[in-house]
Amino acid sequence: MTTTAITAPPPEKAPARTRAGGGLWRAVRGNRKAMAGAVILLVFTVVAAFPGLFTSVDHPDEANFAPRLAPSTAHLLGTTALGQDIYSQLVYGTRESLVIAVVAGALATVLSVIVGVSAAYLGGLADDLLSLLTNVVLVIPAFPLVIILAKYAGKGSLTVILAVLVLTGWSYGANQLRAQALSLRNRDFLESARVRGERRSYIIVCEVLPTMTSLIVANFLGAALYSVLSAAGLQFLGLGDPNSQSWGTMLYWAQNQQALQTGTPLWSIAPGLCVALLGVAFALVNYAFDEIGNPALRPVRRRRKGA
Amino acid sequence: MRFILRRLGFFLLTLWAALTLNFFIPRFMPGDPVDALVVRTRGRVSRDALEQMLTSFGFKPDQNVAVQYVDYLGHMFTGNWGRSIGQTLGEPVTKLIGGALPWTLGLVGITTVLAFVFGTLIGTVSGWRRGGALDAILPPIFVITSALPYFWVGLLLILVFSQGTGGWLPANFNYDTTIVPGFSPGFVGSVLSHAVLPAATLLITTIGGWILTMRNNMITTLAEDYVRMARAKGLGSRRIMYGYAARNAILPNLAGFAMSLGFVISGAILIEYVFNYPGIGYLLYNAVQNVDYPLMQALFMLFTVAVLVALLAVDIATVWLDPRARAKG
Repeated sequence: MTTTAITAPPPEKAPARTRAGGGLWRAVRGNRKAMAGAVILLVFTVVAAFPGLFTSVDHPDEANFAPRLAPSTAHLLGTTALGQDIYSQLVYGTRESLVIAVVAGALATVLSVIVGVSAAYLGGLADDLLSLLTNVVLVIPAFPLVIILAKYAGKGSLTVILAVLVLTGWSYGANQLRAQALSLRNRDFLESARVRGERRSYIIVCEVLPTMTSLIVANFLGAALYSVLSAAGLQFLGLGDPNSQSWGTMLYWAQNQQALQTGTPLWSIAPGLCVALLGVAFALVNYAFDEIGNPALRPVRRRRKGA
Repeated sequence: MRFILRRLGFFLLTLWAALTLNFFIPRFMPGDPVDALVVRTRGRVSRDALEQMLTSFGFKPDQNVAVQYVDYLGHMFTGNWGRSIGQTLGEPVTKLIGGALPWTLGLVGITTVLAFVFGTLIGTVSGWRRGGALDAILPPIFVITSALPYFWVGLLLILVFSQGTGGWLPANFNYDTTIVPGFSPGFVGSVLSHAVLPAATLLITTIGGWILTMRNNMITTLAEDYVRMARAKGLGSRRIMYGYAARNAILPNLAGFAMSLGFVISGAILIEYVFNYPGIGYLLYNAVQNVDYPLMQALFMLFTVAVLVALLAVDIATVWLDPRARAKG
C-alpha cells in the first residue's frame, strides 16, 4: 500500500450480484438510460458495418459536387467548402470513430485488468512497483502528453492514435480494479478454491474475474468514452491522419476551412454531434452500470448496509 | 510525518518520470527542429545558418545524449529553461510562459472554482431531495453534458452567440487589442466579455461531474447512522443537510477538486485553441506544431508540477483535517 491516496478511493462497490452474461443483459434491459445508450451504440455499429446502406455516395472524400451547397434532398446536410457531401462523410466516418472507441477502450481495459489484478494478487514488492507505475501514469497530465506523443509519432496513423490512447488511458481503471481485487482477496470462496488446491491462474481467471465483471465493463465504457473524446480532440487539432475518414478529421477540415464563419456550420456541427452522441451512449450505459454496481444509487430501492 | 515524507518521495519520482519522458519522446521520434525551421522559412535561410542559430540558443543535437539529459534535468530545476526555437524564435521560455500563465489561471482557474461550488451545491440539494424533481431531471442531463466534446460545445456557442447574433460576444482572443491594457473599465469589460464564451464552455462540460459525484456521496452519507441519529434527535432538516450530511459527503470531493485545480493549467488546451485564447494551452499547441523543444519541455514540467503540488496539498490537508488518516500515517 504505497500510494493509494492519489485519487479519491473508488466507492466501495458491492460486489456484483449479477452473474456474467445474462444478469448484465437483464440489468441493461431494465434501465432506461442503459437502454437508450445501447440503442445509440447499436445504430452506430450498423452504420459502421454497412455504410453503403445509408448513402449512395461511395467516395465521400472526393470533391464531386459544388462547394457550400445548402442542405437539400440530394445532399441532406449540404456540401463542404471543398465540394464533398457532408452526410456521406459522416456515414463513412462512423467506422473509424467507433473502432477507435472500442479498440482503444478494450486494450486499455485489458491493460488495467492485468496491472490492477496482478498488483493485488502478487502483493509485496510487485504490488508496490505496479501501484507506483499506475499512480505515476495517473498523475502525469494525459492530454498534453497525448498531443506531444501523437505529434512525434508522426502524422497520427490509426495505430499511433490507438497506442497513444491505450498508453494514457489504462491507469485509472488499474487503480480501481486493484482496489476491488484487494477487497476480494480474502473472501471465503477464494479461500475454498485455494484449499481445493486450484492453481493461482485458475483462481484469477475463473473465480476472481467473473465477480469483477461489472467493474470491468464500467471501466471499458469509461475508457471508450475517454478514447472517443481524446481522439476527436487530437484529430480536431490536426494531429490525426488528415486523409482518414472519421468525425475528428471532418472537424479538422471544417475548422481549417473556417466552416462556422463561411456559412457551412453543419460541417462542424454534424460530426461534433456524432462524437457527442457516441460519447453520450457510453456515458449512459456506464451510468446505468454505476446504479447496478452500487445499489444505493438505484432510483427506487434504499441502500442496503454492508455487502 | 512518515506519510508526508513518503508522499514527497512519490512526488519526486513522478516528476523525474515525467521529465524523462519529456526529454526522450522528441529525441526518439522523427522530425527535428532544424527541419521544421527549414520548412517554415521556406528555404530562404540556409540549413547551416539555421542550425548555427539554434545552437546559439542551446540546441546541441550532436552532443552525447547522457550529457544533454543531465544538463536538461539541471536546467529544469534551476529555471534556466532556455529560449524558444519555434515561432517565437529566441524569446526566453520563461517570458512566454509568464505572458500566458495569468490568462489561463484567470479563465480556467475561476471557472473551475465556480463549477465546483455550484456543482456541489446543486448536487447536495439533489441528493437530499432524493426522488424529487431536481433529482429526476438533473443527473441524466449532466451525464450527457459531461460526455460532450468540450471543444464542440465551444464551437456551438460561437455559432449561436457570436456568429448568430452578429458578434454579441467575441469568439477570439483575450481582449480587444485596440484598447490599451490597464485598469480601465473599457479594458476590464473587454477582458470579461472575451472570457464569457470559453468560461461558459468549460462550465457546461465540467459542472455535471461535480453534481453527480456530490449527489451520489450525499445519498451514501444519508444512510449513515449519524444522520439517522441526527434525525432521531429531531434536528432541523437544514442542519442535518448541511451540518451532518453535506459536510461529510464533500470530503471525497475535496481531493478531486484539488486534482482539478492541478489540471487547471493544462486542462483547457482545446478551449484555448477554439477561442484563440492566448493561454498556456494555446502555447503548448504552438510549441508542438513548431517543434519547440525548450518551450514544450518547460510547459510539460509545469503541468506535472502543478498536479503534484495540488496532490501534496490534499495529502497534507487530509492528515491535518482527518484524525483517522493521521493515526494511519
